[in-house]
Order: sequence, then structure tokens, then C-alpha cells
Amino acid sequence: MALLKRRIRGEDDIPTASLPDIVFMLLIFFLVTTTIDIDIGIPMQLPDRGGEFKVNPENISNVLINAQGQILIDDELTDITQVQEVTRTKVETRGLDADGKPKLIVSIKTEKETKYDAFIQVLDAVKAAGATKISIAEPES
Amino acid sequence: MQFAKKTKAGADIPTASLPDIIFMLLIFFMVVTVFKEFNGLPVLLPAARTTEKLESKRNIAYLWADKLGRVSVDDKIVTMDDIEPIMAEKFAGNRRIIISMKIDKDVEMGLVTDIQEQLRDAYTLRVSYATRLK
Repeated sequence: MALLKRRIRGEDDIPTASLPDIVFMLLIFFLVTTTIDIDIGIPMQLPDRGGEFKVNPENISNVLINAQGQILIDDELTDITQVQEVTRTKVETRGLDADGKPKLIVSIKTEKETKYDAFIQVLDAVKAAGATKISIAEPES
Repeated sequence: MQFAKKTKAGADIPTASLPDIIFMLLIFFMVVTVFKEFNGLPVLLPAARTTEKLESKRNIAYLWADKLGRVSVDDKIVTMDDIEPIMAEKFAGNRRIIISMKIDKDVEMGLVTDIQEQLRDAYTLRVSYATRLK
């Protein structure tokens, strides 16, 4: 019976003085390894199937991009650096509709062999020009 | 008028709750840390200025297309005809789903259009052209 008696009467608590240090170390580890990556991109709403509707042809600006990356805006050859300027002028000329949005509809048409990058550069410039109604036409083969 | 100090309390900042605060921070970072980066295909995204942040990650599905013409959804290489059923299932699960299309800048528009046609069939009409910041 005597053997079962506790021999040490010392402190039996786990020392918690260094707990913040340990947790700090873990925290720093997670701080360093965390990469909060945000997805960025150009949002686009694809058209519904069979939702064809008539628009005033005057409000459409046709943008064509060929396989070589050359850009034609309403039958005028335009350099990529000029796309934003040209489109902005067109947006301002057409004015705003009842909802306060630009009337201009930019229709981007590409060829099947057109590089995606060329398309994104044009789309980017058109968006930067303030056009909100952008249509992506089926490529010509 | 006397402005004598009323309290005789110590000027120390109480550090008793410090571990709790740090624990809270720790738990936050543990939760948001993603170790395995979900990787589809090696793509070089085009750069653009008019990019927008996408809303919460829960509503995003990814689609990769590389310059060899391969298309990948959820870490698997898929054929063009597979896209529609996969996306239709995703749309059924979450009607606010946005497809973030990570397409290599050297991909031809023919492929991009084919993908978009599949997405239209699946009714996943909200897309985003993933880009780098210029």
C-alpha cells in the first residue's frame, strides 16, 4: 500500500509559459506558406441558345481580327494600340441608352486560326474604352 | 479642481489572453492555407488591364486549354464532347457557377469557340477569361 503513495509532491502542471512561443512559430510558418491567390479575369456572359434579337445596325461596331492579328474596325485597318481610342470615340458618338449604358455594341469576330492572345488584347482594349455590350461572333472558317 | 489619478491599477498590458489571440490567427491561416495547388495544364495566360476579381471561390470551376489543344477540367484531360456533360453537372450543383477559362495565349480561337459552344450547351453562361495583370 505504501508503494502506491505519491512520492513527489512537486508541481504537476505542464509549463505553459512557452506556449505563445510555440504557437507563434506555427503562426509564422502558416503566414509564410499561405498564398491567398485571387482569381482574376475578364468576365463575360455567353449568349443564351436561340436568343436572337434584332438590333439597330447603326449601333454595331464590327471588329474583325484575322489569323495574322490584324484588326479591322468597321472596315478600317487599326493597330492594336489605336483600338481603345477608336472604340472610345465610337462609344461617345453613339451616346447612352435609357439605362445609362453605352448604346454601342461591339461585335468581335475572329478567324479560326486567330490567336487567343490577339482576341484578349482587343477585348481588353474595347472594355477599357468603356463599351459594355460586347458580342463575340462565331469565327469564319 | 483636482485631477488626481483615481485608479491605482498597473499600466501593464495584460498578456494572459495573448495565446488565445495568436491561436485564433493560427487557426485562420491554417484554414485558408492550400498546400496542393490545383494544377491543370501548363498555360501562359494573356495579359490584360481590365481584369476583375472573381467572387468567392466556391462558385468557380476551372477549365484549362493549352497550346497543344488539350482541354482539362478538374485535373483530367477531357475531349471536347465531355465538356458539356461535366459542366451541365456542375451547373446543376451550383447555378451561380462561373467557369474560369485558363487558356494559353497561343491557342487558336477555333478551339476557344468550340469550348464556348460546349459551355452554352451546358447552360454555364457565366465565364471569365483568366488573364495576368498587365
